[in-house]
Amino acid sequence: MAKTKEMTNNNLLEVKDLKISFKTDEGIITAVDGIKFSVKRGQTLGIVGESGSGKSVSTWSIMRLLPKNSIIDKKSSIKFQQKSGKVVEITKFKSNSRELREIRGGEVALIFQEPMSSFSPVYTIGNQIMEAVLQHRDVTKEEAQEIAIDMLDRVGISNPAQRFKQYPFELSGGMRQRAMIAVALSMNPSLLIADEPTTSLDVTIQAQILELMNELQEELGMSIIFITHNLGVIAQVADEIEVMYLGKILERGTTNDIIHEPQHPYTQALLKAIPRLDTIGERLTAISGDIPSPLSRPIGCPFYTRCEKVMPGICDVKMPEPTQLSDTHTVYCFLYEEKNV
Amino acid sequence: MVKFLVQRIIGMAVTMFFVSIMVFIIMELPPGDYAERWAFRKFSGTGAQITEADLDNIRANFGLDRPAPERYFKWISGIVLHGDFGEAFAFQTSVNNVIGQKIWLTLAILFSTLIVTYLVAIPVGIYAAIRRGSAEDYALTVFSYLGFALPNFLLALVLLYISITVFDSSVGGLFSPEYADAPWSTAKALDLLSHLIIPSIILAWSATAFQLQTVRATMLDELNNLSVTAARARGVPEWKLLLKYPARLAINPVVSTMSFDANRIFSELPIVALVLGLPELGELLLKSYLDLDMFVAGAILLILTFMIVFMNFLSDIFLAILDPRVKLIEG
Repeated sequence: MAKTKEMTNNNLLEVKDLKISFKTDEGIITAVDGIKFSVKRGQTLGIVGESGSGKSVSTWSIMRLLPKNSIIDKKSSIKFQQKSGKVVEITKFKSNSRELREIRGGEVALIFQEPMSSFSPVYTIGNQIMEAVLQHRDVTKEEAQEIAIDMLDRVGISNPAQRFKQYPFELSGGMRQRAMIAVALSMNPSLLIADEPTTSLDVTIQAQILELMNELQEELGMSIIFITHNLGVIAQVADEIEVMYLGKILERGTTNDIIHEPQHPYTQALLKAIPRLDTIGERLTAISGDIPSPLSRPIGCPFYTRCEKVMPGICDVKMPEPTQLSDTHTVYCFLYEEKNV
Repeated sequence: MVKFLVQRIIGMAVTMFFVSIMVFIIMELPPGDYAERWAFRKFSGTGAQITEADLDNIRANFGLDRPAPERYFKWISGIVLHGDFGEAFAFQTSVNNVIGQKIWLTLAILFSTLIVTYLVAIPVGIYAAIRRGSAEDYALTVFSYLGFALPNFLLALVLLYISITVFDSSVGGLFSPEYADAPWSTAKALDLLSHLIIPSIILAWSATAFQLQTVRATMLDELNNLSVTAARARGVPEWKLLLKYPARLAINPVVSTMSFDANRIFSELPIVALVLGLPELGELLLKSYLDLDMFVAGAILLILTFMIVFMNFLSDIFLAILDPRVKLIEG
């Protein structure tokens, strides 16, 4: 555990060789298979992928929130620089240890896809925000209440003192997601993980929440990991994007790289599946086939079973090595590996 | 909350009105009446000839000749206005005298059983859910199902045997001989408490088995709830969040079925009471039916149903306190 080792490139978080599996009745399922990523200070990393691609699992592991049947491989490393400057190895923490509880909320906060069920229905919004504040800040109850009401105000909830006393079921979906963001930010985290925060909201509310998150990031200077399956959403918020499929990262680059110059056949296919205003009238192209069962993961590149440019005898043998297309753009595909050779 | 309370109290009063009519009908149902029973007792074997006119005289003496609605209103108004449950013919005294002490002892058994049930079922159910799949979890499940499977009278006999042979103490009755006729004192109350333990354990066992599984199942559901993960993601210590979020909701189904438990205990009590020699209402109810001593039977039925309706009322109140969603729905 190299606790004082400096992080490179102004990184807040460095994840290496992250491999996570789950023990189930049917056997061991690997959800995340040796991925590597990092988050820079004050930046937003977008993670895109279909359901089951491992995007939530890989980020929940940063807070060690995965269920008991999960196994984080021993070689995995999750390095995080705390506010104090200390660099900690999160995989080494004992579950429910004090250090871990300080990371949870105080350093890394999480907002969920379903704002309804992420609040307990039997406590007021205020109670649940105050719990978060009191857990991580050295303040009195009165001060915590002030911070909570102030935070509700900041995330654009009208009449915050009134809302403070209300129960989650008395708020609309958009309001609840704002309240969820207020809970997360009231703990003053340096990394905010947003796990599909806008998926269950309608489009206008979705736009408002995205705008709010951008504003708050500028104001508070935190880093964000934004998880979504919606490339349209991620283009609006992310500085960098990584594309995940079946527990692997297939392509990584700046938002510009990924949206405008996608190289991996999977990323290209995903982008073709988005409805666009300038191509009205054309049929959208769906990716053929289904995502394989994690119980029978394909050997080699996980996408070869559905890939239009699959090269038999190459793609189904081993996972391609990363190909550096530019300083910022990396792709994991034999199409490019060959060109480089 | 006031509106909610008033609504519930009115609801309870209406329920009790219909219950009282049903109880009265049940009192009327058995063939014959106390007049015939009285005449049979008094004159059987004496060779006396009883005519229908004699029976009518006896009926008039007991007030049994009036039409049913009149007798109902006399009966119910006595209870509501004066707390007078009428006359216990067989005992030649008032019903209040006959059931007076027994009702309190029955209630003492009921409440001590409920307390034992909840004190065990709630924490143990929560624990079993948290340690799901562990050896303790399986052991507790087996142990609690024993309570379901074994008949209460058998449990009563076994515990009676153990307490006499191992602890050399009698569990029969609710008081030790020296306190049985003594006036009430702290020592007598403590003596009562110590005698309540065994019947409470016997009666609580099956109720506990049932509620323990309910708490465990609800707790398991709640543990998977996203709000629990959300609290964990806020850095709340594990034990604190388990108590604050899932455990609090795991109590709801127990609270809402309190009256079921009361009902279960009342129906199992007579057999256990018979084995342990407890003075309670169940046996008296049976006897008064055999004697057609209808005011006694009616009073007992009415009191027991009132207790169950009242427990229902209590669980509504508790539920409203525990879960803010309840009030919203009820308006």
